[in-house]
Amino acid sequence: MAPYESDDTRSAAVDDPHSARRKAARYVVPVAVVGVAAATIGLVPALADSGDPDLPKITAQQLIEKIAKSDVQQLSGTAKITTDLGLPNLGGLESGLLSGAAKGGDGSSADPSTKLTELAAGTHTLRVAADGPDRQKVSLIESAAEYSLIHNGKDIWGYDSKSNEVYHSTANQDGTKHRDEVPATPKDFADQALKSVDDTTSVTVDGTAQVAGRDAYRLVIKPKHASGTTVGVISIAVDSKTGMPLKFTLTPASGGAAVVDAGFTQVSFAKPAASTFDFTPPKGARVTEKKDTEAGARSVRPGAPHQDLTPQKGLAKEGTKVLGKGWNSIAVLDSGAKGGIPSSSGKGDLGGFLGSLGDQVSGKFGKGTVFSTRLVNALITDDGKVYVGTVTKDALVKAANAGQ
Amino acid sequence: MSRAEAAPGPARVAAGSPKPLWTLGLLRGELVTTFRRWRTLALLGVLAAVPVLVGVAVRIETGDGSSSAGGGGGGPAFITQITNNGLFLVFTALAATLPFFLPMAVGVVAGDAIAGEANAGTLRYLLVAPAGRTRLLLTKYATTMAFCLVATLVVAVFALAVGALLFPLGDLTTISGTRISFAEGLGRALLIALVVAASLIGLAALGLFVSTLTNSGIAAMATTVGLLITVQILDQIPQLHAIQPYLFSHYWMSFADLMREPVYWDDLVRNLELQTLYAAVFGSAAWARFTAKDITA
Repeated sequence: MAPYESDDTRSAAVDDPHSARRKAARYVVPVAVVGVAAATIGLVPALADSGDPDLPKITAQQLIEKIAKSDVQQLSGTAKITTDLGLPNLGGLESGLLSGAAKGGDGSSADPSTKLTELAAGTHTLRVAADGPDRQKVSLIESAAEYSLIHNGKDIWGYDSKSNEVYHSTANQDGTKHRDEVPATPKDFADQALKSVDDTTSVTVDGTAQVAGRDAYRLVIKPKHASGTTVGVISIAVDSKTGMPLKFTLTPASGGAAVVDAGFTQVSFAKPAASTFDFTPPKGARVTEKKDTEAGARSVRPGAPHQDLTPQKGLAKEGTKVLGKGWNSIAVLDSGAKGGIPSSSGKGDLGGFLGSLGDQVSGKFGKGTVFSTRLVNALITDDGKVYVGTVTKDALVKAANAGQ
Repeated sequence: MSRAEAAPGPARVAAGSPKPLWTLGLLRGELVTTFRRWRTLALLGVLAAVPVLVGVAVRIETGDGSSSAGGGGGGPAFITQITNNGLFLVFTALAATLPFFLPMAVGVVAGDAIAGEANAGTLRYLLVAPAGRTRLLLTKYATTMAFCLVATLVVAVFALAVGALLFPLGDLTTISGTRISFAEGLGRALLIALVVAASLIGLAALGLFVSTLTNSGIAAMATTVGLLITVQILDQIPQLHAIQPYLFSHYWMSFADLMREPVYWDDLVRNLELQTLYAAVFGSAAWARFTAKDITA
């Protein structure tokens, strides 16, 4: 047989105008495969979107009650959380600064406060599982590694598989809900948002949505006097059956992408396997013990600076004053450090560096530096006072002037 | 290496039997020729050396009883867990070889598949046999995929052997913090090896397509490995995140998701879909090219 013969080409050597066309026609196959794939990628999500579900009408009041009554004890699911505070992109330096501020000298990478600061920027995938008030687990999915925070009975374990380090502390005896300290799920965010609902807020039900394959109502929370606050709209998708918040979106008043967007991509209300919450430190892992639980619980807070949407709840601690109310409230604390962050340059490298991140402002109160993100703004005056709130820069300066 | 090694062995020309059997004979002949080549054996040797090196290095580092946890999470995935359980050496070795060594070896074999024969002047003799071009191409692709699997298993088996020799074995902790038995761990290791092998079929199809474009084996290998490096670099540039999900190497590290409890399937499934797509596109492109090509060498 001739070497040129094959089962489908008669003979490639023959000079035939039809043969050339048939040769070219073969390339239709790979092109068609690419086309079908592109169409599938483009069309399937559109087709799968079956539209908003039909649910009986409900008032905002009823929906809030539904959330309050919601008593989901057992669930497991995957959530995606995207935060875009508009922090200056400093790469690793930023998380280094944040975690450096959060962890008091103990260098375990399994310390929740170290790890959860990562949630403050970027997109992360979390897995949550819960079985009653005593057993919860939150895992932060990383590339080829995972950070798990496990609460089982009186033990709280943090396990960082990348560095093989373990963090251990004991929960309070009275069964404190540990998850409250780690706002990561849509429910945690929703609880915080609903706490801040008062007469300066409008709450409405805005249709329905499908979240993680479940029918949900959309609750929209809007500050009424939006002039001073940076909070634009908060939208919460509430599961129509269980009343559990499935998705939480906070859009800043300045518009653009959401500052916080946390939602389940998959959720199940079945009881998770008991082994999910079992943890024994693997052999050879470095274990860091945390004895002082109170301090442990508090040190988690800096991990999620956005958790307290209204400052009077989050920042009202000792030595802190709150000006204004509702969304426009501003927390004032005295850092005690005269000079604070030097607004004039030339007072050391760090001061200059920090100063360069903020904007210099001046007013009746004197001089100061404003550090702004897309949600939270802070004014540090030269005499050491700090004004923080989810309000605009102008509102901060006004408050500082009034406070003089 | 002389091209004489690539000359068809006696098995390859053992024609004459009925057709289906003949295909098997062709495949067997291809497999024997490929795996007998010094080049292939050298590639497999390099791959086998990686787990040995990693294992010995970790053993020396931690030989005085100190934990390797001080590393702060650097190095390939899972490396900190090796001292607790030798089985983790399998995962570490696969994580260390998957970005470059494994696909490079596959690129060499795939790039050589057609162009190497053309280069050595043996392609026309292969086509003398009543196999047909389509069947020859399928045989070549099957051989390349077999090499993907063998290469991955070589890494995994050597890693398991070294891990068992140098480190303790037993129940292992998944990266989610739960514990699984050693038997289940072994099962997952096998599954991971299969997933890693499957991760390479997209590149294998790409290499085969490149191989049909040229008559120079070296050019085809260099192009395939060059494409691999280019794609790996593109996958690292944050500004290109829009196209990254379509790069064949983007979900390679998803094999580690099999070590979560419960297993996180999203990226694994995406990886397999992407590999299938690449195999379909470049496989059919290779077919279109090869069946219409003028064979001059």
